[in-house]
Amino acid sequence: MEFLVASAIGVLTAGGIYLMLRLRTFPVILGISLLTYAVNVFLFASGRLTVGAPPILQKGVETYTDPLPQALVLTAIVISFGMTAVVVMIALGAYLGSDDDHVDDPAGSAGSDGRDAT
Amino acid sequence: MSLFLIVALPFLGALLPGLMNSAGRQACAGITFTVSLAAFIGLLTNAPAVFSGEVVQAGVDWLPALGMNFTLMLDGLGFFFALLILGIGLLIITYGRFYLSREDNMGEFFTYLLLFQGAMVGIVLSDNILLLLVFWELTSLSSFLLIGYWKHLPEGRQGARMALTVTGMGGLAMVGGMLILGQIAGSYDLSVILQNRELIQESPLYLPALLLILLGCFTKSAQFPFHFWLPHAMAAPTPVSAYLHSATMVKAGIFLMARMWPVLSGTPEWFGIVTTAGLVTMVLGAVIAVFKHDLKALLAFSTVSHLGLITMLLGTGTAFGAMAAVFHILNHATFKAALFMSAGIVDHEAHTRDIRRLGGLRHLMPITFVIATIAALSMAGIPLLNGFLSKEMMLEEAHHTVLFGSHWLVPALAVVGSLFSAAYSFRLIAHTFLGPKRNDYPATPHDPGPGMWLPPAILVVLVVVIGVAPFLAEPFVKMVTASVLGDAAAVPKAYFKIWHGLVPALFMSMAAVAGGLLLLAAFRPALRFWDAAPRPEAKTIFEALIASVVAAAQGFTHRLHNGAFSRYGAIMAVTVIAAGYFAWTTGTVGAATREMQPAGPVPIAGWVMLVAATSALVFQHRNRLLSLILIGIAGLMVSVGFVFFSAPDLAMTQITVEVVTIILLLLALNFLPNHTPVESDVLRRTRDAVVALAGGLATMALSFHYLMRDAITTPISEFHLANSYKGGGGTNVVNVILVDFRGFDTYGEIIVLGIAALLIYALTETLLSGPVRARLLNRKPDKPLAGDMHPTMMVVLTRVIMPVVLMVGFYIFLRGHNEPGGGFIAGLVVSIAVVMQYMASGFSWTSARLKYPYHGVIGAGVLIAGLTGIGSWFVAKPFLTSDFTYVRIPPFQEFELATAALFDLGVFLAVVGAVMLSLESFSRLARRAHVRDSEHPMDIDPSRDDPDTAEGRA
Repeated sequence: MEFLVASAIGVLTAGGIYLMLRLRTFPVILGISLLTYAVNVFLFASGRLTVGAPPILQKGVETYTDPLPQALVLTAIVISFGMTAVVVMIALGAYLGSDDDHVDDPAGSAGSDGRDAT
Repeated sequence: MSLFLIVALPFLGALLPGLMNSAGRQACAGITFTVSLAAFIGLLTNAPAVFSGEVVQAGVDWLPALGMNFTLMLDGLGFFFALLILGIGLLIITYGRFYLSREDNMGEFFTYLLLFQGAMVGIVLSDNILLLLVFWELTSLSSFLLIGYWKHLPEGRQGARMALTVTGMGGLAMVGGMLILGQIAGSYDLSVILQNRELIQESPLYLPALLLILLGCFTKSAQFPFHFWLPHAMAAPTPVSAYLHSATMVKAGIFLMARMWPVLSGTPEWFGIVTTAGLVTMVLGAVIAVFKHDLKALLAFSTVSHLGLITMLLGTGTAFGAMAAVFHILNHATFKAALFMSAGIVDHEAHTRDIRRLGGLRHLMPITFVIATIAALSMAGIPLLNGFLSKEMMLEEAHHTVLFGSHWLVPALAVVGSLFSAAYSFRLIAHTFLGPKRNDYPATPHDPGPGMWLPPAILVVLVVVIGVAPFLAEPFVKMVTASVLGDAAAVPKAYFKIWHGLVPALFMSMAAVAGGLLLLAAFRPALRFWDAAPRPEAKTIFEALIASVVAAAQGFTHRLHNGAFSRYGAIMAVTVIAAGYFAWTTGTVGAATREMQPAGPVPIAGWVMLVAATSALVFQHRNRLLSLILIGIAGLMVSVGFVFFSAPDLAMTQITVEVVTIILLLLALNFLPNHTPVESDVLRRTRDAVVALAGGLATMALSFHYLMRDAITTPISEFHLANSYKGGGGTNVVNVILVDFRGFDTYGEIIVLGIAALLIYALTETLLSGPVRARLLNRKPDKPLAGDMHPTMMVVLTRVIMPVVLMVGFYIFLRGHNEPGGGFIAGLVVSIAVVMQYMASGFSWTSARLKYPYHGVIGAGVLIAGLTGIGSWFVAKPFLTSDFTYVRIPPFQEFELATAALFDLGVFLAVVGAVMLSLESFSRLARRAHVRDSEHPMDIDPSRDDPDTAEGRA
């Protein structure tokens, strides 16, 4: 089971990195979402894997899984929604403004951002 | 008065002039004057203690772990400087009131001036050197604001920038020097550092510390080769020049050298560097000053020269030198500030400061003439005026100083400096006030009102009084000198008197005055020679230097930062993998301590689906709609995994977030292209795949490694499990952690979420108010729209389901404390219920039925959570301490009431508001012109009883 989770994290990370390195905004956003899954599962797994022992206190039950990573990941999931939404909005704004959804600046455009040297 | 108050008054008072601006110039200046006067009187109340040799102290701990404490001290030296800063400040404020014209924003000016005053008082009263550095930087900043006060003048802006660059760089060097010094002495408190002369001078780090500190002092006090910024700072209004650039700020460097004198001086390095720099600055400044035609430029270079003189005196490292330096600081402050103010009067009345266009003003401005002449004669070193006394002491000290093994080098240069100093003083008098009256002044000059001439007149009275009766100043100067010297040396016995007999200093002085008169007589040929001689222009060099640094920085940055996000991403990924690999190979790896748990068919099936969905997503990502479905599967499998591994709260959160994220991406896809074209070549894709596989393998190895091992120490979770019910009153430990144990984190997180939503709203507003708006309104959908926009089935279903979903949300919220659920999940569930209404019944229909704006909901949520936290203050507990109790209202069973539930309500509202505001913003982009957003939710026949639509069809 540990191997399944570890390999799942690996697969999500690999897919995330590959998509993150694409040239258009949409696949990059999907890649970041995959990386978010990977990171969340990774953090969650830092409490080790426990089956059938949710951290809900009950009389007579002694074993519980580690609740702290769960609390951290819970907020991380909600925040990642906020982050995704902002990134999507920025991507959308850029596309609507310039009719171009490339993530890279066109070659040779660096430095010509209109700012004066002095 | 407490030292805190003396330092704080100008800072607090700085708020007032801006507020009083509309009450008139008189009120504005009056309030500034009152604030300064209060601080001045406060300082004087400490005078008896200081004069009796005490060191007044005050302090509170600020960051004791870093050695940074808000400690202040007032000794003789600090008192002397504070007296100059506040005393001359009062005169300058009076003068400034009449100097500024009606067009100038007086509130702004006095705000900056008080900021500067506070910073300066802070420097001289600081006991902690880190605190001193803070004030030091504040003077650089306020000086920048004051030099650039006339924003419309390019010289002002350039001068301000140059001053900030030079003094700011020096300040950075000094931060380094002070940190080294603090490290050597083991404390950042001056009172400790000053006791450790031997320790500091024997340390191998003494030289770097000395060099860095001197760099700071020399830039601030305009010593060669950093002297060039001061004349350019003269673009400031004259009150600023008189205050900052002659009497106070430029003396900050001198102050610090005097302050550090007991521990830094007396070594060959100190002597060599400080004396030489001072000597060169003194001569160079004096020579340049003679040939300047602008009155303020002449005075600026003369200030540079006099600062050099004081620096040289401190450099000699003798007690007599230090005493002469203190005395000259006092004398220079009096006559130079008076001279600047006189120059300002001339400029104000004659509308020019060019000496070549002036002359004969003694007939027109007799009062100014008298004031300026006395001050200038004092500067030239004429007996019966105070400048003479300290200059004699300087020459006396120079006579005994041996530099580079030469007995005559210092005395000769001192005489040359004094000669030129006398020459420019005489020139100032002769070419401005003497000579025939002219008829081509830009404006007819006349004496100003007393508001402008009284401040310099007061200073000139001091010049004469000290000059005639030096014994009056002697006890004060010796008291200050004693605090400069500390334990390092005893105060010299020498008496202050006008006639010392036929000593060498007298002959040197006479030679200087005579030479000065001769130079004035031969001024025209000398000027021709000067103009013909080649000399470097400091401003050009400085600007070329800055331009080359900027060019180098830009070249460097652009090479690294070429705007290719995918390249940054690849570099980042490879670096992280490499760093992880390095750590892995160099660390020690223990044996596995856990057994692998057997996997049944269900987890394997889930794993297969997750891997299949992710792989398919990678290979099919060009089809964007399909990739959304695939990522949905991956998210669903992650949620299922959470359920399986005992995390019901996480699973609920993940699945609800999944729903809103997919809706969000669908909304975005409405505008974005539906396909990603193939652009990168095979090589590039192979490279990316290699990077991605390496990253995947690395995380997999790392995860597997730690999943097979127990934590090295007991996790802190034991505490949470043990105290969740006892201390937090809830059995759902995850929820208790969120709303109680780590409530402050959660509070921060809902704020971040709210900010993200507001950011999305703001970006939408920007898009809709810019050129994109027209494009959006006239957009043609790239695919045919659904025939029935509002399917009846869905409309009915969502409406029926709405109260049920709300009820479920309410239930999840309430049970959250003890069972899986809580504010986050309930918020997401309710959001989905509302989103369904938007989807089924349309934007307008839903918007029209919503009472509260989502911003308000976010704000209310954050506010409720915050107030709940603050509530615990009223029972004298820390922020966000929770409490709970059990109550029983008869027909119901006993139930729990917890403040944490109120906090969770805040979380709930913030989540609903944030999610809805984000999605609503996206939907607003989709509205188009010419397509009426029907009020009718169902597509039965929209035109049936809608007159507008019916007309449009007809």
